[in-house]
Amino acid sequence: MDLSAINPILLIAAMIAAATPILLAAIGELVVERAGVLNLGVEGMMITGAVCGFIIAVNTGSPTVGFIAAAVGGAVLSLLFAFLTQVALANQVASGLALTLFGLGLSSLMGQSYVGIKPPRAEATPLGPLADIPVIGPIIFGHDLMVYLGLGIVAVTWAVLKFTRMGLVLRAVGENHDAAHALGYKVKRIRTLAILFGGACAGLGGAYISLIRVPQWTEGMTAGVGWIALALVVFASWKPWRVLLGAYLFGGITQLQLNLQGAGVAIPVEYLAMSPYVVTIIVLVILSADKSRAPGSLGRTFHASG
Amino acid sequence: MIRIEARPQPSAVMAYATPVLAVVLTMIFGGILFAVLGKDPLQAIATIFWEPIFGEFAFFYRPQLLIKGAPLVLIAIGLALGFRAGIWNIGAEGQYIAGAICGAGAGLAFFPTESVLIFPFMVLAGALGGWAWAMIPAVLKVKFGTNEILVSLMLVYVAEQLLASMSLGLLKNPEGFGFPGSRNLQQYPSAHNAEIISGTGMHWGVVAALIAVIFAYVLLTRHRLGFAIRVTGEAPRAAKFGGVNPGRLVLFCLGMSGLLAGLAGMFEVAGPSGQISIDFNVGYGFTAIIVAFLGRLNPLGIVAAGLLMALTYIGGDIAQSQLGLPAAAIQVFQGMLLFFLLALDVLTNYRVRFGAAEVL
Repeated sequence: MDLSAINPILLIAAMIAAATPILLAAIGELVVERAGVLNLGVEGMMITGAVCGFIIAVNTGSPTVGFIAAAVGGAVLSLLFAFLTQVALANQVASGLALTLFGLGLSSLMGQSYVGIKPPRAEATPLGPLADIPVIGPIIFGHDLMVYLGLGIVAVTWAVLKFTRMGLVLRAVGENHDAAHALGYKVKRIRTLAILFGGACAGLGGAYISLIRVPQWTEGMTAGVGWIALALVVFASWKPWRVLLGAYLFGGITQLQLNLQGAGVAIPVEYLAMSPYVVTIIVLVILSADKSRAPGSLGRTFHASG
Repeated sequence: MIRIEARPQPSAVMAYATPVLAVVLTMIFGGILFAVLGKDPLQAIATIFWEPIFGEFAFFYRPQLLIKGAPLVLIAIGLALGFRAGIWNIGAEGQYIAGAICGAGAGLAFFPTESVLIFPFMVLAGALGGWAWAMIPAVLKVKFGTNEILVSLMLVYVAEQLLASMSLGLLKNPEGFGFPGSRNLQQYPSAHNAEIISGTGMHWGVVAALIAVIFAYVLLTRHRLGFAIRVTGEAPRAAKFGGVNPGRLVLFCLGMSGLLAGLAGMFEVAGPSGQISIDFNVGYGFTAIIVAFLGRLNPLGIVAAGLLMALTYIGGDIAQSQLGLPAAAIQVFQGMLLFFLLALDVLTNYRVRFGAAEVL
């Protein structure tokens, strides 16, 4: 075992990168759940985004176009969920599961001729001399654009939910859809838009894994990150900034166990690989006591009668 | 203007018609998908649904129907009990793995002793393994109120790592020339889950699945506990007033579905699969979710749905080798089925009305 092989500065920088896909997916799901919809299809939308982004990036040679395609792919898949739950009034838990099963199948079908290809490299953000500052340079300023975009989305989501009328309406729909409907808000339209936003964010998160983190396409490569993102929303008590905190915690554990694997710690690789999932369960247990923060109408089907 | 209107009572006709309609729609859209992939859609559909039962080599494929159907039915029966009560165990894949590891471990512990007691002991160990794995989300839900969906799913990934660890470590075949994977239980007569009648595919897992179906049917239609499950799912508040203990129901439903999934894993590892290996699990735990819904969470419906889903697996394999249809296409096909089913379900509980809404 050689722990000195781990460079703490690079480790922290890698932890931030590892947190980005979880962060993107979780912030999207947070908006969906604040609108009162439980979409368990995050894993399916992420993997679809991962494959869409990868295919387009390889064919166009541009990671940026790839990311846009990933967001579109995730949103299109989430439209299926929106149709099932908002139009056909299907059970949200079952529809979310269906979305995940379908997304996993669809992505491996779409990606089968892209296995083993290298995607075009995403450049680090040109922040000039900032990235050359010792220690904090590589940690804070040495990342690709998506890391900053993820942080930006969290900030905007927080501000919109807290300070704008749009955010207030969204929260009203999530807390009590009957009251919101009585006030004249279009519950289904607002929820559908929230679901689309969630899908686009999950797609971006997926593409971050296939285009930057790994970067390669393999079947089922999201490996439960979508589910961890769902757990993260509960962990964060549906608050944007706590999602950020949680994402760095989980990203940190994922990265740390990878580094420990590389350093040859005496713990078998399989047990290290279990750790992010086990930690998720432990965190859920610790934080489940407080359920009062959950949106009042979460997971309930809305149908205007009369 | 199209609008939908709640029915006072769910339509009994639609409840039976929607699964059939969903299968038909899946065939149509699946055909379109196969056409997009450059295959003859009619030939592909025929290969999947006709060839395994009536084709030239049907004598070979028909037994497969029971071999692939049994674990699906076994798992789906357990899941349906929980789903009916609004308890969502979606980690059956993990419980299936846990059952297989415990079952195989129990058998291999006695290698090479021969005794008639070994196989029953393995069945017990497999059932207990699956049960224990499902009790983790159950106890956490009852004690701490954690979400059973997330915990049971996280445990699938933990179980997969455990499986890898077992096939590379503790259960690795000492005479396996260093290859990962356990000893082959098919070559260990006392532990082998052999066909009861040779050439039919009928092994002990099929018997267990039939017993589970009868058990679940009696439970749901004739027993107080089954009534409690149904009331909890349809009217949770009424169930509480009626004296149903929700915690005990969670423990029972999750425990039972884990036990059945564990049994399915154990019968699979001792029979058709033969050994613990890294890629032992093939997603039966997830496909069983589709089976449970397609069977309308009804034990008899699940038998039909399980056989149909087994058919798509077998037909998918044939289409893969004969037509070069990608394996993932079948996965999409199965996912589509669940989509159509959920979308069409609206017709059971709602009525579609055309024309403008009347002004009150």
